[in-house]
Amino acid sequence: MANVPEDLHYSKDHEWVRVDGGEAIIGITDYAQNSLGDVVYVELPKSGDEFAANESFGSVESVKAVSEVFTPVAGAVTQINESLADEPEIVNSDPYGKGWMIRVKMSHPGEVDSLLTAAEYEDFTKAETE
Amino acid sequence: MVDFGGWDMPVQYPAGTIEEHLRTRTHAGLFDVSHMGEIDVRGSDAIDFVNRITSNDVRKLTDGQAQYTALTTPQGTVIDDLLVYRLAADHLLLVVNASTTDKDWEWIKSHHSGESVELNNVSSEYCQLALQGPDAVSILQKLTDLPLAEIKYYHFTPGRVDGVDGIVSRTGYTGEDGFEVYAPSDRAEQLWNKILDAGDSGSTTGVLPCGLAARNTLRLEAGMALYGNELDETTTLLEANLGWICKLDKGDFTGRETLARQKEEGLKRKLSGFEVTDRGIARDHQDVVVDGEKVGQVTSGSPAPFLKKNIGFAYLPVEYASVGQEIQIDVRGRLVCARVVKVPFYKRPK
Repeated sequence: MANVPEDLHYSKDHEWVRVDGGEAIIGITDYAQNSLGDVVYVELPKSGDEFAANESFGSVESVKAVSEVFTPVAGAVTQINESLADEPEIVNSDPYGKGWMIRVKMSHPGEVDSLLTAAEYEDFTKAETE
Repeated sequence: MVDFGGWDMPVQYPAGTIEEHLRTRTHAGLFDVSHMGEIDVRGSDAIDFVNRITSNDVRKLTDGQAQYTALTTPQGTVIDDLLVYRLAADHLLLVVNASTTDKDWEWIKSHHSGESVELNNVSSEYCQLALQGPDAVSILQKLTDLPLAEIKYYHFTPGRVDGVDGIVSRTGYTGEDGFEVYAPSDRAEQLWNKILDAGDSGSTTGVLPCGLAARNTLRLEAGMALYGNELDETTTLLEANLGWICKLDKGDFTGRETLARQKEEGLKRKLSGFEVTDRGIARDHQDVVVDGEKVGQVTSGSPAPFLKKNIGFAYLPVEYASVGQEIQIDVRGRLVCARVVKVPFYKRPK
């Protein structure tokens, strides 16, 4: 069973958001990394790049496939996880911790309320696997 | 699970593609390739008939020997690539790709004219398990009295594995030593489980079950073509670097004239291996660019887990196909630098 921490917000594209003041830390969920398989490459934007909600901000590649990743909330990138360049596999081993992808200054902090809760996301992934 | 030529096949097992790939290179991997098709050819003209519709020289085979060859169109392009097994002077077994089995079967039947042969599509009667890797001999030997170490590369022996009558062939699609075992299809599960047990599958140095994704990365690293990617009815054998299975002087065969003419006139394009030198992974169907111009397309592109590089195949105009040529790959709108390199990318230590 995939791990779904209580204190995060989730998107239907399988990203998670951790709110830290006016900033959002974004990554992909345990369910997502598990369905992707071994992550071998992560392409991330640059600091300062701005994204609308649900816009593609980069891609995650496994041996077999490429998947785009989307910003669940609008904002400007303040930091990216540089260590993923050399160790993309931490997206698999620690998707909610060291495997985070970008930090965003949110344009509309209220936007997180429209995302799924942990319980809702868990139901959503269950429905998707059935 | 994915649909592969009408078969439900696992892309990977729980260990994951990278571990499956590495284990096959360092110890052993087991692949269920029962989806491959088998066509049985019997009769006094078996050799002459197959020799006329394939590009390699079937007459060179002895009993117990296998040969890599191709079914060719009159244009010298590829209907399918396949293995021919010589069971006897009047009995051959053709092992073909899953997705092309029906097409091959129709093609073979329709090109039969007057030769004394009996043709049977026996695909559903056989399972095929491929045990590949440096530990393949010692693992399989636990299940058979056949002297496995004595079977030469591209040779086979009919015999029993775990009491099941079949064919043990020293062939494979990974670039490693190993065997392909053909047996009655209802014994697939028994053999699968027994080979995993014999190979100490639970341990970190034991045999691992491998899925389609590892089969693809292993064959790509070893520089082997995949039908549908590198080979199809638009690519000739010479363009695909398969001149070595084109025996133009063996006598007439389908496509011989065109291939002989192409050989004389010279090729316009050639299948080339490349290695990405920037960060980024080339993928199937992406464009190859030189000096801002599209010059070709990637036929297979992937990370190579053992080499830890990103590699691929592309058809390139011969002027850009020399080793060392700098090219670029259009990776979803971003131009990524790559370089033409020698194939195979990986060669196992002997």
